[in-house]
Amino acid sequence: MTVSFLILAVITVGGTAAAMGLRNAVHCVLALTVGFAGVAALYLQLGAQFVGFTQIMVYVGAVAILAVFAIMMTHNPGLVERTVVSKHWLAGSVVAAAVFAVLASAIGRSAATLQQHSPQPVVTVQQIGDSLMHQYVLPLEIMGLLLTAALIGAVVIAMDRKEETK
Amino acid sequence: MIGNGILKGLTETARNFFGSYVGKDRLTTVQYPEERVPQIEAARNFPFLVFDGSDPNAGLRCVACQICEKECPPKCIFITKSADKKPDAVGKQQFYPAVFDIDISVCMSCQICVEVCPFDAIKMDVEYDLPTDDRFAGLLFKKDRLAKSNEYYHEIHPTEASAVDAALAAERAATAAKAKAAAEAAQAKAAAAAAAPAPEPQPVGGEKR
Amino acid sequence: MTQMFDQIFVIAKHWLLGYVPAVAQPLASAILSVVPVLIAFPLLFAITTVLERKGLGRIQNRYGPNRTGPAGFFQPIADGIKSLTKEDIVPLSADHIVHFLAPVLIVVAAFMAYAVLPIGRNMVILNLNAGVLFFFAIGSVVELSVFMAGWSSRSKYSLLGAMRAIAQMISYEVPLVLATVVVIMQAGSLSTVTIVERQAGYTGIWPHWYLFTPWGIVGFVLFMIAATAESNRSPFDLPEGESEIIAGYYIEYSGFKFALFFLGEYLGMFATSGMAITLFLGGWSAPLSVFTFVPSWIWFFAKLLVLIGGFIWIRGTLPRLRMDQLMNFAWEFILPMSLLNMLIAGVWHFMAPGVVRWLVCSAIIATPCILLSAGLRKKKRLMVRTYEFAE
Repeated sequence: MTVSFLILAVITVGGTAAAMGLRNAVHCVLALTVGFAGVAALYLQLGAQFVGFTQIMVYVGAVAILAVFAIMMTHNPGLVERTVVSKHWLAGSVVAAAVFAVLASAIGRSAATLQQHSPQPVVTVQQIGDSLMHQYVLPLEIMGLLLTAALIGAVVIAMDRKEETK
Repeated sequence: MIGNGILKGLTETARNFFGSYVGKDRLTTVQYPEERVPQIEAARNFPFLVFDGSDPNAGLRCVACQICEKECPPKCIFITKSADKKPDAVGKQQFYPAVFDIDISVCMSCQICVEVCPFDAIKMDVEYDLPTDDRFAGLLFKKDRLAKSNEYYHEIHPTEASAVDAALAAERAATAAKAKAAAEAAQAKAAAAAAAPAPEPQPVGGEKR
Repeated sequence: MTQMFDQIFVIAKHWLLGYVPAVAQPLASAILSVVPVLIAFPLLFAITTVLERKGLGRIQNRYGPNRTGPAGFFQPIADGIKSLTKEDIVPLSADHIVHFLAPVLIVVAAFMAYAVLPIGRNMVILNLNAGVLFFFAIGSVVELSVFMAGWSSRSKYSLLGAMRAIAQMISYEVPLVLATVVVIMQAGSLSTVTIVERQAGYTGIWPHWYLFTPWGIVGFVLFMIAATAESNRSPFDLPEGESEIIAGYYIEYSGFKFALFFLGEYLGMFATSGMAITLFLGGWSAPLSVFTFVPSWIWFFAKLLVLIGGFIWIRGTLPRLRMDQLMNFAWEFILPMSLLNMLIAGVWHFMAPGVVRWLVCSAIIATPCILLSAGLRKKKRLMVRTYEFAE
């Protein structure tokens, strides 16, 4: 529990809590981006450089932009920003507490907290690449297929409208 | 975009870049205010008053006839005629302008005042460097600022000034010749009347006005 | 002696660190590494603004600024004073916090990208294992700040400009990364220091720069095109073109915030040029082995100045690309070329050294390039204009 971990944890939790609590949709997305950056910093603190920087590149650079585009395209300026607290706050907080209890007990009893003093493995990018090509090649190929399908689907959706207007 | 167009464009701009240091006629910028573009002779900006000789007040050609004041379209000339008279270039007594103001913030350089002046007293100046920090008094030119010598007029509009001088000289010569002829005829008539007081109409030519 | 000049900044830093107590040494070391970058690159930015204006002027057969200072080189001081003393106007309906944070974020992101550029031998702020990845991760933060700038101004022009700018930057990020992947494949490491050290050898007098390979040339050209588009520079500066969209996403910014955007854009340009130098032009190594006596950091800045001159030259030559032309160019030409580039890099790696592999690789990349560009040119046919929403 070093100081840096505490600071990063506060930033992450604060960002994501603000993402839920703010009224303006764009402010929520920006706060969520702060949460993403906090998670990336936590990865970096754990020594996982590749994952940390990929987190920034993918989440902050792509997912946040995607969310932002979605808001820009669909934002209804006349929408009244309703109150943040919903009517069913009691049921919601009971469900949230139950989920938290389950997760906390699962993590607390898992192997990660039992072996606190194992040496930190130095995972280089080369090892990640090797395992992707040897051990995890099938998931890699399936992901490639899924991404290709998504890309083609996006092109088809975008192209359909152009065909109609011809 | 295979390279023909872009590469050709790049060589063109490179040639411009290096040529601008070497070639003299590439950079057409005039570094104002160190260098000025010379004005053509017929350039005009705001009017000025011409005086002959060296004394602005004595040699001023303007006789305050106020024709230019009446003809000026935006009415930017303000003249006050003097109470007394002073001799002009040929010695005749003329009025002179006690006050002659031109508001150059109104003047539109149309040159009508120059065209209508019968005495070639007001001409167009070419000075354009007239900044001032006073919008009102600084742009109201008074007689002392407007009066400039005939030599200055020769400097800025040589052919025009020479033509005006020639015309004025010819006019004065014609007037002087007429006056001399009239004086001679009157003298001859007086002599004839004194010599032979006969009421014979003498055929004298042309003096009867 | 030359060794001392080469390492003069490192020696100075260690000498200064000797005066700092041991407790504060990591912090002092970090500060001493960072401060020169914070000074040098904004100075370079100031010089570049003058060079650009004078260079563009000479290209267009006119003088650039030549009044302030000797030959106009104090112009950035005048520009700085002007932008600092201008009134900071924020629209009434603007989102003040986001409006303020956007230029801050772009400058912070642009500065952070310098942390992994090796400016000289042993002169890199952070020798990260995944240095190149860090660079691109930081680059993607810039798009977020562009959105923040465009959205917070609550103006239609700025929102449109922001959308177009983000679309452009995302489209060109893919070829940028793919052009880098080729170098990573060849060097076998993501660390910028390693990549430069791989290129620092010489055979005879010729250096081992990755530029002198077919995939290096193509990769360099693609990287520079994508870098020009990433920093919103002419001919890809539609999002900020004054005659098109009146400065796009930073319409509502005035005074110092505008200067910060300008600074961020130019710093981004320098950072991507620095990365291009690191990846393709051998970083701090000299072009010929006879010139190794010149200090390494001088070579880095010389190459950087050459690339900046290239940027200025391109800006003065090419007209602005329209948005759809820009996107077509990215997705239909640059992206396939970068994928083919990866292919020929692989072919290069597995063939024996010699003229044959040069010819094979050049043929593999040149033929599709010519065919594709010819095909794309023929594809342009004029369609009947239909108005989708005006019935």
